[in-house]
Amino acid sequence: MMFVPGNNPGMMADAHIYGPDSIMLDLEDSVTMAEKDAARLLVYNALKTIDYGDTEMVVRINPLSTPYGRKDVEAVVKAGVDVIRMPKTETADEVRELEAEIIKVETEIGCVGRTLIMAAIESALGVVNAFEIASASKRMMGIALGAEDYSASLKTQRTPGGSELLLARETIVVAARAAGISCFDTVYSNLDDMETFRKEVELIKDLGFDGKSIINPRQIEVVNEVFTPTPKAIEKSLRIVAAIKEAQAKGSGVVSLNGKMVDRPVVIRAERTIAYAIASGVLAQEDVL
Amino acid sequence: MEIKNAMAGTLESGDIVIQIAPGDGLQIDLQSSVSAQFGRQIKAVITETLEGLGIDNVYVKATDKGALDCTIRARVTAAAVRATGKDVWKD
Repeated sequence: MMFVPGNNPGMMADAHIYGPDSIMLDLEDSVTMAEKDAARLLVYNALKTIDYGDTEMVVRINPLSTPYGRKDVEAVVKAGVDVIRMPKTETADEVRELEAEIIKVETEIGCVGRTLIMAAIESALGVVNAFEIASASKRMMGIALGAEDYSASLKTQRTPGGSELLLARETIVVAARAAGISCFDTVYSNLDDMETFRKEVELIKDLGFDGKSIINPRQIEVVNEVFTPTPKAIEKSLRIVAAIKEAQAKGSGVVSLNGKMVDRPVVIRAERTIAYAIASGVLAQEDVL
Repeated sequence: MEIKNAMAGTLESGDIVIQIAPGDGLQIDLQSSVSAQFGRQIKAVITETLEGLGIDNVYVKATDKGALDCTIRARVTAAAVRATGKDVWKD
């Protein structure tokens, strides 16, 4: 998910060319108070006009407690955004308040149920309430960590190893999985240190995150490399899934591959690896039996 | 509709600065490095956007840096909202 400032039309027009899975047009922190109105209009017109293809379009709105939040919701829902990202989410009630606002606009334009919600968790209270937030609405598609504000709320700072974020990251993954939705890690803002960035992407993938937020197209390649399964892992996963299908065809409840029993978690992991391989473009759907 | 002086946009690549002032009829002064190729189209988008907002007596100074039509529409609308003090953008 690539962050793009909502008041920069040049970047907004070009962002999808680099092939991010998802683009987040930002109306919040990257836009000054004096430009909130103009940025909202830019994002509205860009969403209505620019063909972003299959790229998932997300807009980070201003909090509903500000004079801008409700106007942001109205504009982006009318423009047909896929997902609204709510910043600094601390309680499930805030998600329900946003949902009510979305329903109001969707009812007006006759498309109830179209807009999904992603909640950014950026404080100690948000982490404590992560599961309630993740399961607050059927529209919730994901939760994401916002590490800068979170670190500040802990009265600490970001470190290269990210030890200050470990509990938040694990809590967010567990909450997302328990609620059956996706989870996305925070941004890494030092573009000159790709080595530490790669280590961070490897860490969050191992923790179970579905993806990483990025601030520059240069970071896309690293994320894709880390999340793309190796040829060996893909081959093994294909064999596991084939063995399962063969066993099911024979009516057998027990599956073995190379003399080892294959149990359910192994199959789930294999299916996930294949899904990632297809999403990464290294495996075609028709190659999966 | 009362019009005040107002401005929207930046001089960054891909953007356009729209300055609006009270005028007699619609007059557009366009500066663009691509005005020979796209000047007529840029002016048409500005005119169409202002007409759609019910604004017809303004002087517009536009400084284009290669903006797409949707950016021109957004900047003209933002300048119009600021010039009138009303949320004229709504569908």
